[in-house]
Amino acid sequence: MLKQIISGIQNIGHRAIESVWRLGVASRFFILVLLKSGTSLRRFDLVIRELYFTGVLSLIIIVVSGLFVGMVLGLQGYETLQKYGSESAVGTLVALSLVRELGPVVAALLFASRAGSAITAEIGLMKATEQLAAMGMMAVDPIARVVAPRFWAGVISMPFLAAMFSVMGVFGGYLVTVLFIGVDEGSYWSQMQSAVDFRFDILNGFIKSCFFGVAVTAIAVFEGYDAPPTAEGVSGATTRTVVTSSLVILGLDFILTAFMFRGVS
Amino acid sequence: MASETLIEVNDLNFSYPARAILNGINMTMRRGQVIAVMGGSGSGKTTLLRLISGAIQPTSGYVKFAGEVVHELDRDALFKLRRKMGMLFQFGALFTDLSVFDNVAFQMREHTNLPESMIRDLVLMKLHAVGLRGGHQLMPNELSGGMARRVALARSIALDPMLIMYDEPFTGLDPISLSVIGNLIRRLTDSLGMTSIVVTHDVHESLKIVDYVYFIADGVIAAEGTPKEVRESIAPFVHQFIHGEEDGPVPFHYPAQAYRKDLNLEDIVA
Repeated sequence: MLKQIISGIQNIGHRAIESVWRLGVASRFFILVLLKSGTSLRRFDLVIRELYFTGVLSLIIIVVSGLFVGMVLGLQGYETLQKYGSESAVGTLVALSLVRELGPVVAALLFASRAGSAITAEIGLMKATEQLAAMGMMAVDPIARVVAPRFWAGVISMPFLAAMFSVMGVFGGYLVTVLFIGVDEGSYWSQMQSAVDFRFDILNGFIKSCFFGVAVTAIAVFEGYDAPPTAEGVSGATTRTVVTSSLVILGLDFILTAFMFRGVS
Repeated sequence: MASETLIEVNDLNFSYPARAILNGINMTMRRGQVIAVMGGSGSGKTTLLRLISGAIQPTSGYVKFAGEVVHELDRDALFKLRRKMGMLFQFGALFTDLSVFDNVAFQMREHTNLPESMIRDLVLMKLHAVGLRGGHQLMPNELSGGMARRVALARSIALDPMLIMYDEPFTGLDPISLSVIGNLIRRLTDSLGMTSIVVTHDVHESLKIVDYVYFIADGVIAAEGTPKEVRESIAPFVHQFIHGEEDGPVPFHYPAQAYRKDLNLEDIVA
């Protein structure tokens, strides 16, 4: 009995040590990626190519999801607000929810599952098929040539995707509340305009999405580079990318929100 | 020129904390030679290639490549040295997102400032040497195993290296592709005046093309010699390896306790 308890505690200890150790490896890798980003900046066509894969190809899921989330927000917001006779404020509700929270967060979650998983799988498979080793043998640093361009492409695309998500959401809310339900168009837009502050709302949302972009892509490239070079290893790494980045996005969002909006309004 | 030493391996040791992999390896490889390194799976052959390319550091001893001790070089010098080396991986390791042409052009674009028109000519010449000039627009997923390895071969000779290392180049090939690859290794080595190290356990194909053979077993060189010497060797290990005998110095059975004991038959008198 005592033995079992001791081995249980040992297990917890081992796992804790392992996680801290892995976090250390990931941090070192992250710094390495930053240090070796010179090639990506000098040869920006490498980043542009990846921007297409991570950014442009993620657009469709972001646009469609944004539209539907905005429509649902409009519908639910209208239902609640009309009870208090303030349905004209639905534009404000839709815009603030999107710009401050849902835009950056949901776009980042979608980005993690669409682009993050693809980055991990691609780098992991390149490692499994010895493409990274071959590159090293050709005196080309795989971190500078493969990892860094993907990292920067993800970091650049994330804020744009979040902005796109918010724009589509606001449009979706407009479709449902103004066109279908019949809320006054003038009040939808003018209330939104007066309530949404550039500095507090839009800029803070933008900063959030930048943080999420760095977090998601850093996790994705690390998991791919660190994946055991087998089919099982790559699939595990892909799953870990989605799970870890989702948790990190939500945790980071809470911390950032606490800093940004505490005591505002 | 042909007798100039390119690689000198001197009393090379390599071990992981729990296990010794290589133990006191000595080799000399000259320019223009094709050298086979043979041995069973897990005997340390690939480790030897990694030591020569500087991917790992020896525990003691050294590898000298073109007069430079590999493990004493810093990262920049090592990368500079690696431009003089090529490596053919077991399954080619072509970049799957690039076409055959771009794969061969990869190193030229990364390491030289050659104009695109010259790169085009060079790439087509390299592809012509392996017989795949007509397939330069194909993607790696459209190639057979043998073709992929030929493209990889063209890619590894892109910058005219002094040395090419082949990690199991014959694995999983049909007999025609097998002799195509074998002959290419020999021909390219001769025409480019480089050195080739072929890590393999394909005895028959490699003995046809190589100048010298090293056998590695349990981390030491068990035997060495020209193909003729090796074929005539009476050393038990070499004999077992060349003729693919099931039992010999390399036992069929993994070490175990007595068979009768394992089956609990000890007490029963036969």
